[in-house]
Amino acid sequence: MNLSKQQTFSRRSFLKTSALASGGMLISFNLFTACKSDVRPPIDISQLNFNDFNAFIKISDEGKVTIFSPNPEIGQGVKTAMPMLIAEELDVLWEDVYVQQGNLDTENYARQVAGGSQSIRSSWEPLRQTGATAKQMLVNAAAAKWGVSASECKASQGVITNAKGEKLGYGDVVKEAALLEVPEDVKLKDPKDFTIIGKDIGNVDLDKIVTGKPLFGLDYKEEGMVYASVLRPPAFGQVLESFDDTDARHVNGVVDVIKFGDKIAVLATSTWAAMKGKKVLKAEWKQDSEAESTAFHNEELLKILNGNKFDTRRKDGHVKKAFAEADKVLERIYESPFLPHNCMEPMNFFAHVTKEKINLVGPIQTPKWTADRVAELLDRDVSEVSLKMTRMGGGFGRRLYGDFALEAAEVSNSAKKPVKVVFSREDDMCAGTYRPATKYKIAASIKDGKLTGYHLKEAAINGNMYGLIPNFFPAAALDNYQVDTANYKSNITTGAWRAPYTNFLASAEQCFFDELAEVMEVDRIQLHLDLLENVKSNPEPNIEYSPERLQGVIKMVVDKSNWGKTEAGVYQGFSVYYCHNTHVAEVADIVMENGNPIVKKVTCAVDCGIVVNPLGAINQIKGGIIDGIGHALYGELVFKDGVPQSNNFNSYQLIRMGQTPQIDVHFVKSDVAPTGLGEPTLPPAGAAVANAIYKATGKRLTKQPYIDNMDLEKVVG
Amino acid sequence: MPTFNLKINNKKHTVEVDADTPLLWVLRDQIDLVGTKYGCGIGQCGACTVHVDGQAVRSCLLPVSQAESMDITTIEGLSKDGNHPVQQAWKAIDVPQCGYCQSGQIMTASAFLNQNSNPSNSEIRDAMHGNICRCASYNSIEKAVKVAAEKIS
Repeated sequence: MNLSKQQTFSRRSFLKTSALASGGMLISFNLFTACKSDVRPPIDISQLNFNDFNAFIKISDEGKVTIFSPNPEIGQGVKTAMPMLIAEELDVLWEDVYVQQGNLDTENYARQVAGGSQSIRSSWEPLRQTGATAKQMLVNAAAAKWGVSASECKASQGVITNAKGEKLGYGDVVKEAALLEVPEDVKLKDPKDFTIIGKDIGNVDLDKIVTGKPLFGLDYKEEGMVYASVLRPPAFGQVLESFDDTDARHVNGVVDVIKFGDKIAVLATSTWAAMKGKKVLKAEWKQDSEAESTAFHNEELLKILNGNKFDTRRKDGHVKKAFAEADKVLERIYESPFLPHNCMEPMNFFAHVTKEKINLVGPIQTPKWTADRVAELLDRDVSEVSLKMTRMGGGFGRRLYGDFALEAAEVSNSAKKPVKVVFSREDDMCAGTYRPATKYKIAASIKDGKLTGYHLKEAAINGNMYGLIPNFFPAAALDNYQVDTANYKSNITTGAWRAPYTNFLASAEQCFFDELAEVMEVDRIQLHLDLLENVKSNPEPNIEYSPERLQGVIKMVVDKSNWGKTEAGVYQGFSVYYCHNTHVAEVADIVMENGNPIVKKVTCAVDCGIVVNPLGAINQIKGGIIDGIGHALYGELVFKDGVPQSNNFNSYQLIRMGQTPQIDVHFVKSDVAPTGLGEPTLPPAGAAVANAIYKATGKRLTKQPYIDNMDLEKVVG
Repeated sequence: MPTFNLKINNKKHTVEVDADTPLLWVLRDQIDLVGTKYGCGIGQCGACTVHVDGQAVRSCLLPVSQAESMDITTIEGLSKDGNHPVQQAWKAIDVPQCGYCQSGQIMTASAFLNQNSNPSNSEIRDAMHGNICRCASYNSIEKAVKVAAEKIS
């Protein structure tokens, strides 16, 4: 378990305070690195500089608190949850807290990133320490005013009280507090005393979202801005040979046509005019590298799986020997397709490049990396680049790749105008950085009724499972264990997609275990519990998952789902998984209607440590499960000669309300540091459904999308 | 370019655009009502839903030339202070995750409840089936429509 890997900070070096010219106190800190000691926070709030600090708390003379939240918000709820951590230790009423998205100018800092479900995990200690430090300074200021010792004073809900019962509001002492020395060694609250953490707190942008206020990148406008619609090569592997923009330039509202690289941007005074202009552009393309099709990928990946050229990523014991000595061997191949991200807000970005500076505004998961790359692309110093983040209409990994921001910068640089690049839905689906198609071959050996060996081979497009995934369950659960990986390099762009690799690996392994238990003639649940017992008795430092916590979620889901005790006609499938530091077990209930399986309910047990914001956490959990089911059942992007065969929602099926089961969420009660929830509930969902469908139909599903694997017209809904 | 007279949220607007321009882009680019969202442009996702004479309509498919003399309501005009029962229910349930599709969801739900204030579960699921939520906040949307229905009826 790696629960205590948080950095420790010297508060004196990472936290600065100052009195504001406009009244009140400003506490500035850098969430991820210690501040340089010579940097002072500004006394004019308009001078906030994210080069020096990336997070701020402002306490006004009225005691109101403004928290400038540093991390990108893509719907995962950190804009609400991270300020909750500060407010808890600062000890103020949540009603008195106003949260504002920080405008990032990301010159120096890492981890201002939304991705990997790490925001809450990495900020748990520093944000609470920041709040607690500020509270202590306010208490110290009040104590000095009263002429008493700070230890005789208490603070709660924005009010400081001394032994005589006298009271001062935070606002009454902010001016004095701002001038005090930053204390070291403040005490954090005991989790049992939390008043904000663990409470249901609504999304801080709720009012703006439900009234349609401009929040998203696509909503951003500036004076003189033009819209750009970009024509990109229609097939992967193609380059631009020539183009004719005569017709495009005749479209009302089109102001310019600019070629950059193998792309052509049509600039216009409205989005519609830019899109119309793009439609009448004439371009000739040349195939410059392989025109790949899905059938070709399938062949290549199977060839890899059946060959012997692999990188061995983890090897315990001798799987070969175990297989040679086995009574029985089970071997299966599991297959998954490419997936587009399909964020509801299509990719877009604003750029205004001038001689003096480069202003970028838009939805991005990686502000720093993007600013760096724009500077490099335009051969400018990164100090000239400023980047403002908007709320994002989904990310799912797609907005890690700032290709759209680079396009905007390049076009603005040529056009000498403020430019907003807007992808149409078709552009968004066809110019993706897709979840790569991946196949697994999993084999297990059984001797004397016991599992003796486990060998997993991964064949994927462009890359392979990263970091510690080879150490996930069942690593350390049995003596002979091996993970091998290999990939085929394609010209189709691929990248991270919500829960990279594990989003399908979990389906493959958890379906395999279901079949394995059947072959071994043992109970499905007991098989897992027993294997986890083995891990407990052989503790190993490289194992990130906790066998105790996995057993905990298994037992909880068995109990809460009424596992094995459902009424006739309800079929259940089980799945359990650990990823992104969180432990999850799921049971899907399906019924058969007119010969079609319908997913009615998913029961989920989650161990994510302390639940910071149950309301937001449950939203993430439910969304992850439904997303996982939707993509496992329907998601598939097919390529033919390098061209994606779906380009909009009439040819690509996303799960809709009528196909959605009810999700029943249960948390394992815990007082250990919290872990993230943006991803971990998605991976196990596919297998829970597939295993339930097997119970109902007797058909083992090994290939996603499952709907194509079932000889059924209709699966759910 | 021709001019068109539109009545949006009880306010008159005159816009000069090509006749084929979808109402969606007129709202967003010309009139600065950006609460109506672009999702697919082909009427498949529901993010651009507005009310036209009280009916839920996909504004990405409605050319501005056909929108004249109609009574158009966008999310910005659904209520004065964001206090329409559907908006209140959305807040009470904390429906949004990324939030991008939610104005379309709210416009679909409010038009639907206007016609059927006491819907069954399956009627709610059918009514909302045309609106995609990529964050899959469907359980919460379903619950919020029920809560709003109780308030309205």
